[in-house]
Order: sequence, then structure tokens, then C-alpha cells
Amino acid sequence: MTALPVLATAGARVFTGPLRVAEHEAVNADYRLMRLEAPPTLTAACAPGQFFHLLCPAEGRHAPLLRRPMSIYGAEGDRLSFLYKVQGKGTAALATLPVGGSLEVMGPLGQGFRLDPGWRNLLLVARGVGLATLAPLAAAAKAKGMGLTAICSARAPEFLMSLELFASHGAEVVTVLDSDGTSAVEHLDPMIEARMAAGAVDAVFTCGSARLLRLLQALGDKHGVPGQVALEQQMACGLGMCHCCVRPFRRDGATVPLRVCREGPVFDIREAVA
Amino acid sequence: MNAPLGRPAVDMSVRIGGLTLKNPVMPASGTFSEELAEVFDLGTLGAHVLKTITRDPRTGNPTPRVTEVEGGMLNAIGIPSKGVEAFLAKVVPFYSRYDVPLVVSISAPTSADFATLAARVSVPGVAAIEANISCPNIEEDGRAFAIRPGSTREVMARLRDATDLPLWAKLTPNTGETPEVARAVEEAGGDALVVANTILAMAVDTRTRRPRLGNLMGGLSGPALKPITLRMAYQCARATSLPVIGCGGIATVDDALEYLIAGASAVQVGTETFIDPLAMPRIIEGLRARAEAEGVAAIRDYVGTLADAAEPEGVVFMQAAP
Repeated sequence: MTALPVLATAGARVFTGPLRVAEHEAVNADYRLMRLEAPPTLTAACAPGQFFHLLCPAEGRHAPLLRRPMSIYGAEGDRLSFLYKVQGKGTAALATLPVGGSLEVMGPLGQGFRLDPGWRNLLLVARGVGLATLAPLAAAAKAKGMGLTAICSARAPEFLMSLELFASHGAEVVTVLDSDGTSAVEHLDPMIEARMAAGAVDAVFTCGSARLLRLLQALGDKHGVPGQVALEQQMACGLGMCHCCVRPFRRDGATVPLRVCREGPVFDIREAVA
Repeated sequence: MNAPLGRPAVDMSVRIGGLTLKNPVMPASGTFSEELAEVFDLGTLGAHVLKTITRDPRTGNPTPRVTEVEGGMLNAIGIPSKGVEAFLAKVVPFYSRYDVPLVVSISAPTSADFATLAARVSVPGVAAIEANISCPNIEEDGRAFAIRPGSTREVMARLRDATDLPLWAKLTPNTGETPEVARAVEEAGGDALVVANTILAMAVDTRTRRPRLGNLMGGLSGPALKPITLRMAYQCARATSLPVIGCGGIATVDDALEYLIAGASAVQVGTETFIDPLAMPRIIEGLRARAEAEGVAAIRDYVGTLADAAEPEGVVFMQAAP
């Protein structure tokens, strides 16, 4: 095995360097799972909701210039994993990486999910690629002895992912689909509200859908249930230097631009402008 | 320290106006901030050039603020700023821990406002002022002082009256009068030329038919910009006796050397830091190794050493077929 890359200077907190691709496979027609070999000190420094900035390789004559931010799907032992959808030049290039190849990564970056020790029951509502971001909450909740319900939304049954992962951490899994109409807000609204009204939800978490964000904001306001949302934005530097990745947030009675890479990607659900 | 026995270490220092820098590599304004200290020791840099500040807080442009193009990126950030007072209270003190000259980049809508802001930031801890008279993103259609010699001369003269600090002028590629603008800076008492800012550009999403930047137009940076700003750096070095700081598309040691050979005394690295956050220390070490390998005693010995264009020796062009 080659020597592990070292940080540029002592005291630096962000890892930059190449990691070896240990596994890389299609999960379904849309998504791929990539596991990198990582120093255990690096995976131990990762928190759910944080992200890495990946330098995607060149594909043909198209070399993606900038890095691509990608949220951590898993960080345990010597494995750092990412679950992603091929949807642009960067991810298309990433998909070509062979097992044994190497990928330049920088991270972990940003603010992850914050779990209040007083919470007993968490509810997450995930759709599409948002599932990858929320999945690490399952292990974190279990480690803190919190109960977790995962509502997983997808177009059709074949696009549901990570159900076993949630189940293996003791989570209750609820699946809702576009194909049978169960993923509609009109269906989810009473289902989630009933749980909140019964006092069975201490906090909600979401990622990947503006529709679901608005629903959880409204229900959370009504029932006094706090929540967090992980947001996306196009990025350049990933560190907070360039101010490319701002989004508007409601804070202290005003609408302020905050950097998704630095102040986020996880924000208080009440602050997000959906 | 790393030099072979019997050969002195390469002298990496360069002089820019009244300042001595320990090496010729520094960040381009807008691509650097305190956060980079989490990745490497910022004490290794030749200078610290900060993101442009304005007198009052500004929120900046609507998103998307960045888009990738072939060979580069477009940005239209719009100079978000917390204002000069917050900057002096919070940002300047952070850099006092480093033995590296701090260069403050400033922008203002008028010459008078530029002068007032320059005076306000002329405080202990600030080593030089970089006048951003070239940002294409804050005025309609990319208008900026440095597009014309007349407006350049006027704003630089006002700045010169307002501060005793070394005054660097950041020029724009959005002009057809590069040598004239450079001479205007020199005549007005500027101390150095930073060559150059981004070039005004745009990109369209053909599916939605919308511009790919929230601001419609933005600045092109990255490798695609380099041949243009390199040509400008050469023109500026020829047109004036001011030190030139090359900026535009520098990603490798060779890129940096091209600017030095063309006449720049130092270089700024911007977009490449977004791609490789260790780009600046990598280029510093690479320049040192290159000089050592070529037996060049001091990095400044590369400056302005461009040889004549190759003679077409042995090659016959346009010869009629027999």
C-alpha cells in the first residue's frame, strides 16, 4: 500500500489528497456507490451532513475544471463512501473511475447535522439524492440511542435505496412512491402531522426536495417541532473563499445570503427560503 | 536549506515597489481568505492579497454566481462586503500573526470614494493597497476605471494623494489601450501593476435560453485567460518601469515562469486555488526547484528575459511548388 497522503502543515484541519477507489458500482439505473480507502483518522473526523470536494477526472476531451461537492454517504473505519447520481459532466467523469484508481478529495467540509441530546425520536424525509445526505443520520441516531423513522420517497420501487441501511440501524422505514401516488404532499401531510400531533417527533430532517422542505417547515411551525435541512448550491472553492454558493436565509428578521459550503450545508429548517 | 552542497540556496525574494516579498507567489484577490489557513500555512506566501472591500456592506449578485466553461470559469460574485469598519475590526487582525505583507484590495464607485476608502485602510498592519479599478461585475456592461487612460489617471492620482502606502493598480483585459492605461498608472504615482482582472464574458443555457449567470455577464478566469493576460503583462512591462504582477490562468510552475520571463516580477494565483487548494505552495516549491536545477541563483533573474522570436532558420515558408 502506498503511503497515506499527509496534510500540508501541522494544525491544518482539512484533508487534501488522493484516495484509492476500493469499490465502485451501480446501485440502480440512476445511482452509483463509490467507496474510497481512507485513513481511519479521516473517517473519524467526518460528521453526518458534511461534504467532500471532489476533483473529478477528465472524461474524453471534457475535463471538469472545478471540483464537485458531494455529501458523505458513509464514513466508517477505512471506508469513505459517496452515493451519487450521474447528472452532469462532473459526475459522468466520476463514474468512469475504475476500482484501484485514485480520486483527489478535500474535506470533510461544512457544518453537519446537530443532534440535541434531549431528542428521542427523529423523523427524516428524503427524496432522490437527498437520501445520500441523510443516510449517515441513521448510524448517528443509533449511536446516541435515538429512535429514527425514515420516510423514503422515490419515483418507483426500483429507485428506492438504502432501505436495508436504515433498517440495519433499527430505523422504522416508510416508503412512498410517485408511481402509486403515496409520495404526494397531500398524502404525506396528514401522515407526518399525525405523528407530530402524537408527540412522536422531536426533530425533522430533510434534503433533496423544496416541496418536502415547505411541508416540514409548515408542520414544524404548527407543532413546534424543530428541524434541519441540507441544501445544495453550485460551488467553486468549497472552503468559503469565493462566495459563489450563497443562498438566501431568514435570520434575525432579515433575508441574508449565507454560504452553503461554510455556514451550511445543513441549516435550521426555519431559516431556509424554500 | 535544500540546496546541494557547494551551491547556495536560490534567492526567492522579489521587490515590488517599496516592498520586499520572500517569494513571488501570492493569491489573486477574491480567491483567498482566512479559511485557507485550514489547508496550509499561509506564512509560506509572498503576500496576502485580500478580497476586495467596499466602504459599505454589499450583498453581492444574485445566483448562480459561477459557471464552468471550457478551459475556465465565469464568476459574477458582485463584491459582497461586510463594509470597511467590520473589515478593519475583524479581518486585518487575523493576518497580524503572519510575517507576510498584507495587501488590501479596495473598490468604490467614484474617484473621491476610492480616495476616502484608501485613507481609511491605511492603518498599521496593511502593507499595500491594491486598487481594483477593473472589476467587470459591479458596473453595467463591465465598465471600470481601467478601461481608459483618462479615468485611470484620475482615480490613481486621487488615491496617490490619499495614502502613503504602496499603491498597486489592478488592470483589466477589457481595454484596447493596455500600454496607455499602464502609463497612466505610472504617471499618477502608482507603485505596481497587477495584470490582470477577469475578462467580461457570458454563457447561455440553450435548454432554458437563460444566461448561466444570475448577473447575465461575468468575468472569465482560469487557463483560457492566460495567453491574453500574459500578453498584457508583457506590454505593461515594456510600456512602464513599474513592477508588474502577473495574474491570469496560472496553475503550474511553467505558467508562473512564463509571466516572469515576459517581464512580471511576481505572480498571483486565483482560480487554480479553487481546484487545488495547495496550488500556491506547490508553485513556490516548484519555482525553487526549477531555478536550482537550471543553476539560476535568484528567482528575479528570470524576470524580463524573453528572447527574440525564433528565426525561421532552415524553414522556407510559402515557397511556390516546383
